[in-house]
Amino acid sequence: MMVIRLDLKMMNKGVDRMLFACLKTVSTVVKSLFAIFAGLVLFCSSALAQAEAPDVMVKRVTEDVLSIVRQDKDIQSGNTKKVLELVEAKVLPNFNFQRMTALAMGRDWKKASAEQKKQLVDEFKTLLVRTYSNALTGYKNQTVRYKPFKMQDGADDVVVKTEVVQSGSKPIQLDYSLEKRSDGWKVYDVIVAGVSLVTNYRDTFNQEVRTNGVDGLIQMLASKNKQLESAKK
Amino acid sequence: MNRRFLRSPKVRKVLAATAGILLFGGLSGCATTAGHPKDPLESFNRAMFAVNEGLDVVIKPVAKGYDEVMPSPVKAGVGNFFGNIGDAWISINNLLQGKPVDACSDVARVLVNSTFGVAGLFDVATDFGLEKHAEDFGQTLAVWGVGDGPYFFWPVIGPRTMRDTFGWAIDSYVDPVWNIDQVDVRNTLAGVRFIDVRASLLPADKVIEEAAFDKYDYIRNAYLQNRRSVIHDGNPPRLEDDE
Repeated sequence: MMVIRLDLKMMNKGVDRMLFACLKTVSTVVKSLFAIFAGLVLFCSSALAQAEAPDVMVKRVTEDVLSIVRQDKDIQSGNTKKVLELVEAKVLPNFNFQRMTALAMGRDWKKASAEQKKQLVDEFKTLLVRTYSNALTGYKNQTVRYKPFKMQDGADDVVVKTEVVQSGSKPIQLDYSLEKRSDGWKVYDVIVAGVSLVTNYRDTFNQEVRTNGVDGLIQMLASKNKQLESAKK
Repeated sequence: MNRRFLRSPKVRKVLAATAGILLFGGLSGCATTAGHPKDPLESFNRAMFAVNEGLDVVIKPVAKGYDEVMPSPVKAGVGNFFGNIGDAWISINNLLQGKPVDACSDVARVLVNSTFGVAGLFDVATDFGLEKHAEDFGQTLAVWGVGDGPYFFWPVIGPRTMRDTFGWAIDSYVDPVWNIDQVDVRNTLAGVRFIDVRASLLPADKVIEEAAFDKYDYIRNAYLQNRRSVIHDGNPPRLEDDE
């Protein structure tokens, strides 16, 4: 009996150990499965993001924003805070502000240090978002027409052309320049009626850098932003 | 026709003014230092810009009043009416630029809008798929290879390059509104059109006011970019980014 009991105990211990080992294996397998699955999710989503063509992205974001503006009486009556929230959530993730700032500065971009570049991008982004978001508050039943878009295989820099249609006046051309990044297509220029909202600043920026250096330009952008903010309050 | 055209006092005045501008531009062009390459007359232009800003103190409230008082359909009708008048000259310019298809489409627009569109008050042609074009003689000259020339800022008229100033003079010479004999009708129509155009620019005012560091500079760049775009019918060749 003694022996058997001992054996049973030992067997129990053995079973325990086996069970434990089993569980451990299962858990590692599950864990690694999880990891693989998570990786797959990331992979698929990035593949999906890349699969979204630039014209599809422009259309999706535009319609998304317009459908919100159409329903939101606050935005239509000029609620700046709400507009900024909407733009921040829907529009900004699709923009590359570093490229925009570089484009606005032209040759002077290379003169800026890494720290200065960061400040420049921050300030320029604030300025662009503040000034042009307000265009959304002027919304009056406009619709957007998307012009036919053809992309060559392997293209990484394209222009998507749209038109803002308003009854009783000539449509306004609204084009977006986009470049392909690792995380999808990003807008780096917006062109209204042939006027780039970005390069339109180049002369002014070059002039400022020539007279007061890169820090002068940062200063100029910052004080403009402060002035706009205090005017809104 | 040609000789009569050149002998007309109106054309002579335009030619004399153009020659004067050219001479003036040539003389003062020497005195300027490094600025915008297309704006050798910047100090003169900035003075004219200031004059215009002063005039706008009076014009803008009138445009605002018009914008607020007139119901949208009326404003649309006014815009369509003058747009229809302009389409005839636009069709000729399209032809001169070697775009016969666009020219025919403009002719069809005038015919459709003048009849079904009740003397141009409604732009039914656009609904029929005949799109409105924006052409002027300055663009035609550009297509023929005439360069921009120096940039000007004129009182009342606003920004124009040398070439587009000349183009504007021709546009005005053939403008049906300015060719109406009855002075009171002519002046009323021209006045309404001017205020209607100014009113249509009101939404842009706020954006420019906020976005620009130097309004003069901002408008100059926007004008030059816009002209480059319309000359190429919205598809200008890409410029080097020089990033």
